[in-house]
Amino acid sequence: MSGLIKSSIARKIAMALSGFFLVFFLLFHCTVNMTSVFSADIYNQFSHFLGTNFVVQALMQPVLVFGIIFHFVMGFVLEIKNRNSRSIRYTQYKGGTNAAWVSRNMIISGAVVLAFFGLHFYDFFIPELIHKYVQSHPEDPTRYFPELIHKFQNPVRIGLYVFSFVLLALHLWHGFASAFQSMGVNNKYSPGLKKVTQVFAIVVPAAFIFIALFHHLNGH
Amino acid sequence: MKLNLKIWRQNDAKSKGKMVQYPLDGVDGDMSFLEMLDVLNEELINKGEEPVEFDHDCREGICGACSLQINGEPHGPDRKITTCQLHMRKFNDGDTIVIEPFRANAFPVIKDLMVDRSAFDRIQQAGGYISVNTSGNTVDANAIPIEKEKADDAFNAATCIGCGACVAACKNASAMLFTSAKVSQFALLPQGQVEATDRVLNMVRQMDLEGFGNCTNTGACEVECPKGISLENIARMNREYVSASVKG
Amino acid sequence: MATLDSKVPSGPLADKWTKHKNDINLVNPANKRSIDVIVVGTGLAGGAAAATLAELGYNVKTFCYQDSPRRAHSIAAQGGINAAKNYQGDGDSFYRLFYDTVKGGDYRSREANVYRLAEVSANIIDQCVAQGVPFAREYGGLLDNRSFGGVLVSRTFYAKGQTGQQLLLGAYAAMNRQIHRGKIQTFNRHEMLDLVLVDGKARGIIARNLVSGEIERHSAHAVVLASGGYGNVFFLSTNAMGSNVMAAWRAHRRGAYFANPCYTQIHPTCIPVSGDHQSKLTLMSESLRNDGRIWVPKRLEDAKAIQEGKLKPTALKEEDRDYYLERRYPAFGNLVPRDVASRAAKERCDAGFGVNKTGEAVFLDFDAAIMRYGHEKALTSGINDADAALVRKLGEEVIEAKYGNLFQMYEKIVDENPYKTPMKIYPAVHYTMGGLWVDYNLQTTIPGCYAAGEANFSDHGANRLGASALMQGLADGYFVLPYTIGDYLSQDIRTGAIPTDSPEFDATEKDVKDRLEKLMSGKGTHSVDYYHKKLGKIMWNKCGMSRNEKELKEAIQEIAALRADFWENVRVPGSLDSKNQELEKAGRVADFLELGELFAKDALTRNESCGGHFREEYQTEEGEALRDDKNFKFVSAWEYKGEPKDAKLHKEELTYDNIELKTRSYK
Repeated sequence: MSGLIKSSIARKIAMALSGFFLVFFLLFHCTVNMTSVFSADIYNQFSHFLGTNFVVQALMQPVLVFGIIFHFVMGFVLEIKNRNSRSIRYTQYKGGTNAAWVSRNMIISGAVVLAFFGLHFYDFFIPELIHKYVQSHPEDPTRYFPELIHKFQNPVRIGLYVFSFVLLALHLWHGFASAFQSMGVNNKYSPGLKKVTQVFAIVVPAAFIFIALFHHLNGH
Repeated sequence: MKLNLKIWRQNDAKSKGKMVQYPLDGVDGDMSFLEMLDVLNEELINKGEEPVEFDHDCREGICGACSLQINGEPHGPDRKITTCQLHMRKFNDGDTIVIEPFRANAFPVIKDLMVDRSAFDRIQQAGGYISVNTSGNTVDANAIPIEKEKADDAFNAATCIGCGACVAACKNASAMLFTSAKVSQFALLPQGQVEATDRVLNMVRQMDLEGFGNCTNTGACEVECPKGISLENIARMNREYVSASVKG
Repeated sequence: MATLDSKVPSGPLADKWTKHKNDINLVNPANKRSIDVIVVGTGLAGGAAAATLAELGYNVKTFCYQDSPRRAHSIAAQGGINAAKNYQGDGDSFYRLFYDTVKGGDYRSREANVYRLAEVSANIIDQCVAQGVPFAREYGGLLDNRSFGGVLVSRTFYAKGQTGQQLLLGAYAAMNRQIHRGKIQTFNRHEMLDLVLVDGKARGIIARNLVSGEIERHSAHAVVLASGGYGNVFFLSTNAMGSNVMAAWRAHRRGAYFANPCYTQIHPTCIPVSGDHQSKLTLMSESLRNDGRIWVPKRLEDAKAIQEGKLKPTALKEEDRDYYLERRYPAFGNLVPRDVASRAAKERCDAGFGVNKTGEAVFLDFDAAIMRYGHEKALTSGINDADAALVRKLGEEVIEAKYGNLFQMYEKIVDENPYKTPMKIYPAVHYTMGGLWVDYNLQTTIPGCYAAGEANFSDHGANRLGASALMQGLADGYFVLPYTIGDYLSQDIRTGAIPTDSPEFDATEKDVKDRLEKLMSGKGTHSVDYYHKKLGKIMWNKCGMSRNEKELKEAIQEIAALRADFWENVRVPGSLDSKNQELEKAGRVADFLELGELFAKDALTRNESCGGHFREEYQTEEGEALRDDKNFKFVSAWEYKGEPKDAKLHKEELTYDNIELKTRSYK
């Protein structure tokens, strides 16, 4: 059993599992955000429920935070280990001839997404904590939508947001399908499955971008 | 044709190496890449210099001895062949060709372009076999029918020549394709089932001990493999590993 | 002249091996633990022997010059492995395999050894399947067979075009199991430089660590040489670049007789030489002759035009082509044995009908097969009105399924598409039937020194049939040698470990070091390859596919002169105490320069034509080989006496009690 924790394959599978979890979360997040395009009320209801429900706040949120941190830390640990397994580099290395840029540079797309997480925490998570626990504002089930609109006013932020999601799309383009391979799924359905993951990798980040631009341009 | 070669020279495992330039004239398109190096070596010997050391043996793409990172790719720019099968007609007059050893910490340089790939042997020794005595007192060969498709898949995995191009191509210097081919060859056959659990655990443990990097599924190994070993083998090994770990 | 004792057991042919196994001495398991065996070479014979000996309980040390045992040149065998399994129900039996092998070898092999080979052949397949060797299978899940040249049944087991690779990986896996248990110690990148004799028995070797240059002493109670053949004496051959005769030749110099050096197999279907830079030749599997038709132009002027590139082969009309094998040998046609096909190609090319720029190539044409398969495919696919283009397309697909990897290999090397224009092929040195003389127990004339696989001479006579080399290597390694060696080692249960600080080891190590220093001290201007190429030219031109007295005598002189020049003038750069591949090559070529002369001397002594040995003076009016059973039905075993020209001939008379001697005819 110890191999399940320490071996290279175990680390690979841990990356895949945490990746799947984040993919699932992303889809969920996207769905909730999308409601803001159609109805401020539904968006507010969802947000209020998620922000105040005990199960979500006390159980799911820590799991999510752990999943994110685990995926990033493991990603960096693996990158360092992998770099160290070839301490004398090639003077000429044509990685592009045998593997896609996205596959070789998950660390870059991942780091950009991590930076975005920083921004997102600064924008949303920390103010939310301050709002709820430091300043102890009374509950206001309608505050979420106006806050959202407010965030999307600054064009610089929109630019960063769009850029991050493009990188996330690249990260998913390799990562989602790769997670299946890591889990040992490679059979006659795999080419089809790969297509599905690639559609996901485009559509979901595109939806986030669409939502941001929608609110930015319709800026109430 | 006339070429400008840039070759890694290193005296032995302990000394530091460097790239050295060698202009070479009179190269014929019908020469194999190694025959081109033979010509260079003959020139060097005649000039009283030490020839370039590189691994090679069968020169027909099956023994797996030849290696070389040529212009940034293991076994050079052509596909599904080893360096000894690469011909100079793939290059043009005046080209600069950069020749380096396969690089990985698990493959230390012995001299010049020659590396030590005994890590691969140790991985196989950890479990790449079926424990049957060679007494000849086994059951009749046809008493073990095997589905043709399975037998063919096992064969395809078994065609790995252990050259190390997968490691050389991988940005992480991972040996997953090699190890998985060796695991798959037995995992696909009924004869290999009895020891399946220990085999995959032991071979992966040895692979990790050797200091290879982790697989990140870039697929470079599969593209560069001269024998076209498929990534399916890696997926299979992952499955085998998980189930073996659970079983203990 | 002394006669040699082959130690063939008495009794009926079919019972000899069983009886012998029952009669020989065994070593008990506890005593095996205190007995060491050295195995030099880790191909099919050496790898299999090492694995089995270790499994029995002996302490085994293996030596190979490659970086891993798995790279031995057995790995390059393509076609398959014979075994008298009779899975196809076509009447195969031990006797038939025995008969085909003796006949194919032109009645110059030892009956009892060949019968034993046929007997254990079936076990090999069982063994390999149990080890997980992925042989080709039919859709029902059972093993598939194909047929090979010179026989009338389908008894060849195969794994696509990589049978040797799969079998070697099987033997290597068996070795790995023992390495893992600590019963085999591997010395890779090591080369045996000499055999150490103590009290007349083989008790160890001197080896060089090819990485550090260190000279090492290794002792054992017995030494097994499984170091392959000596085809590289021709410089150009299908052997690996490193294949060499050193282990066998060093043993020969220490007293082991060398048998039938002149029996060389020249394989008819290899890719022709393209220029002076050529370092080795590539085989195209014999299986291609099942579907390819061999031809040259009928008229000299057409041949000339093709040589100059003015005429395309496909433009030559059917009636202007000479399908010379079909013409000369109507019964077997393109599927005559290897020696016959090779000589016929040489005969046409010597007459000026060769088809490449050097005039040393013939066509192997798949056009007829493509169209035939295409028609068949069209009909079975329900297409009745297929035009020529469609038929050709369908036919090419069938050919690709059968030989795709070979065609791809050809195209990579020659840069011509063999589907569109006929392949060019020419014979090349491929295998050596000769080797160290061994008795029925595979022991050489040095007690305790054994030889297995291609390194010995025993089973193939003057010509080897296709798919029999793998069979012999594994038979020797898995099933013969590990038992017969026990008979010898049973005397050694009280000997204890052999010390390496004895005067014998001192003296042999000194010989080795002196020789290496002498090699390094030549300060001439010529590289080792220069001499090797020169030797190869002499061998090919004068001791090649056909030989005559005058040229053989010249060859002996020229090789002796070349050898003297080599020792005087060879230039070996680098140092003794580091990785030095020029030094490695020099040592090997030095031995080839001695062997080559003995080779020519052997060929000169054998005044007959048989199998791979064709003497121009001894042929029928139609140009077929003329064997002389009255005077030459013996094995020539040469004893070392200093210079190769002084080697002393010993004869082992061959007796055939179970087979009638006939003239081979494939007409």
